[in-house]
Amino acid sequence: MLDHLPILQVIVPLLAAPACLLLNNARLAWLFACLAGLISLVISVALLVQVQQSGVISYMLGSWEAPWGIEYRIDLLSAYVLLIISSLGTIVLLAANTGIRQEIAADKQSLFYVLYLLCMAGLLGIVATGDIFNVFVFLEISSLATYALVAFGRDRRALLAAYQYLIVGTIGATFLLIGIGLLYSMTGTLNIEDMANRLPVDTNSGTVYTAFIFMIVGIGLKLALFPLHLWLPNTYTYAPSIVTAFLAATATKVAIYLLIRVQFSIFGADFGGELIQPIFIVLGLLGVFVASTVAIKQSNIKRLFAYSSVAQIGYMIIGIGIGTSLSLQGTLLHLFNHALMKGALFLALAAVVYRIGSTDRTCFNGLAKHMPWTMAAIVIAGLSLIGVPLTVGFISKWYLVLASIDSGMWPVALLIVLGSLLAVYYVWALVESAYFGKADASATSSAPIKEAPLGLLIPLWLLVIANVYFGIDTRLPLEASASAASFLMGGGQ
Amino acid sequence: MYYDLYNYWMVIILMMIGLYIVIKPSNLIKKLIGLNIFQTSVFIFYISVGKVSEGTAPIFSSTHSVYSNPLPHVLILTAIVVGIATMALALALVVRIKSAYGTVEDDELQEQDH
Repeated sequence: MLDHLPILQVIVPLLAAPACLLLNNARLAWLFACLAGLISLVISVALLVQVQQSGVISYMLGSWEAPWGIEYRIDLLSAYVLLIISSLGTIVLLAANTGIRQEIAADKQSLFYVLYLLCMAGLLGIVATGDIFNVFVFLEISSLATYALVAFGRDRRALLAAYQYLIVGTIGATFLLIGIGLLYSMTGTLNIEDMANRLPVDTNSGTVYTAFIFMIVGIGLKLALFPLHLWLPNTYTYAPSIVTAFLAATATKVAIYLLIRVQFSIFGADFGGELIQPIFIVLGLLGVFVASTVAIKQSNIKRLFAYSSVAQIGYMIIGIGIGTSLSLQGTLLHLFNHALMKGALFLALAAVVYRIGSTDRTCFNGLAKHMPWTMAAIVIAGLSLIGVPLTVGFISKWYLVLASIDSGMWPVALLIVLGSLLAVYYVWALVESAYFGKADASATSSAPIKEAPLGLLIPLWLLVIANVYFGIDTRLPLEASASAASFLMGGGQ
Repeated sequence: MYYDLYNYWMVIILMMIGLYIVIKPSNLIKKLIGLNIFQTSVFIFYISVGKVSEGTAPIFSSTHSVYSNPLPHVLILTAIVVGIATMALALALVVRIKSAYGTVEDDELQEQDH
């Protein structure tokens, strides 16, 4: 049983999805989906422990030997990302029963869980597999489920957002497919490990460079790398709030993982370094500043945090661009931390939507009086987003600043700190109106607004407490990311 | 020499035609047709990569010793299935956009929401 953990990690949610369809009852489907989520969370914890104790786990699907058969390969990096996906996916799932009640029609709710689990299975699969074509298939499984999840949104603009995301996402995935094809024609293998070993022979070939660029651009579309981020704000704004929390916490993280895997594991840390590293740093910084500035002007808070996500992705890209072991650790830390804070923020917005039905800025005036717990969660998660000490956001930004100073890039360090100030601005504006603003007379005349139900508050506060806990007791993410980063830089695999 | 790479030239031409059709027309269905052409060009690329000169169909026989590489064909079967699923989902979305907005022209859709 223990030997089969790598495949069970993917199989459990994948098989639980059609089972939810058979249950055909929203509440039962939710309980069943939560069970599947918890099982995959336990599996990912067990995998992380196993990898830390005994090194890389290699699992041969159907016992076919590695380069010919499909291999599932769990190293420190993938075990770490698997843990992020399964834990965040499960916590958001716990909130889903209450969270989707207002936003999705009752007869479609059990279908929601089917798509949710399929998406989660796809994301877990991308990380668990050691076969590059498998990555493409799992990417499409998760993407197709995502498009349908986004289209669940109440606003009709959700349909347009889903369509736009589908076009961009398919182009991105097809670019990745072209890159995989070019690499296959050069190496004759699809196994990531095997491919990495065969590649250095032909480093100077134009085909390899073309493959590299196709793959980077394709993944860039998927992870909303500035300026390829245009699909993200609409998708996050019009998708149901639970879906937004899930996507913000997991989907972009997996795309970052894929970028790291392609850049560091397949091509090697030095490949295209002089060309691609400055591009990453510049695009990352531009993303931070442009997206944060646009975020300040947004009147819809959900869209504001969507732009803030683009900015936070910028920080992770800067870490990859600097390209040292320390900066990579910063990126991996921010992966974990950003999942925690954006998961918390979007769940809090789900609570606001549940009670008020809108996330317009004017709705937040004086809201702290009516929903004190929800607003307190937004404040703490917002502080974490800014990077205030004693929250997780501080740790990762600290490491990114350290890494850029360490590589002699003073301006980059300065700009990272300046970028955080923009976050202070938009978080403060929200907090100010919630705590010190006066609600419209017309809005308060109707029934008083109550605090969000416990079904949403408990998962929300789980994430908020995690935001603070991992900001103080930093051992788990620090150790895992440090060894994952040195592992990537060291052997190149 | 150029004739040797005939397949690859066609792949690039089809790819560019596909991408252009995705970007240019404002009709949502036409965009999907472009997307389909773009994906198909990648399928042709994979199949061309699998061709081994002098090779025959990869079915074992005593009269032949050189075979084409069957792996890219198998990969592309998977990719075709993925492409069909994407197209079905996209068309379903267009049907719902049509019933929600009453049009499938991108510029008219933008006007309605602003």
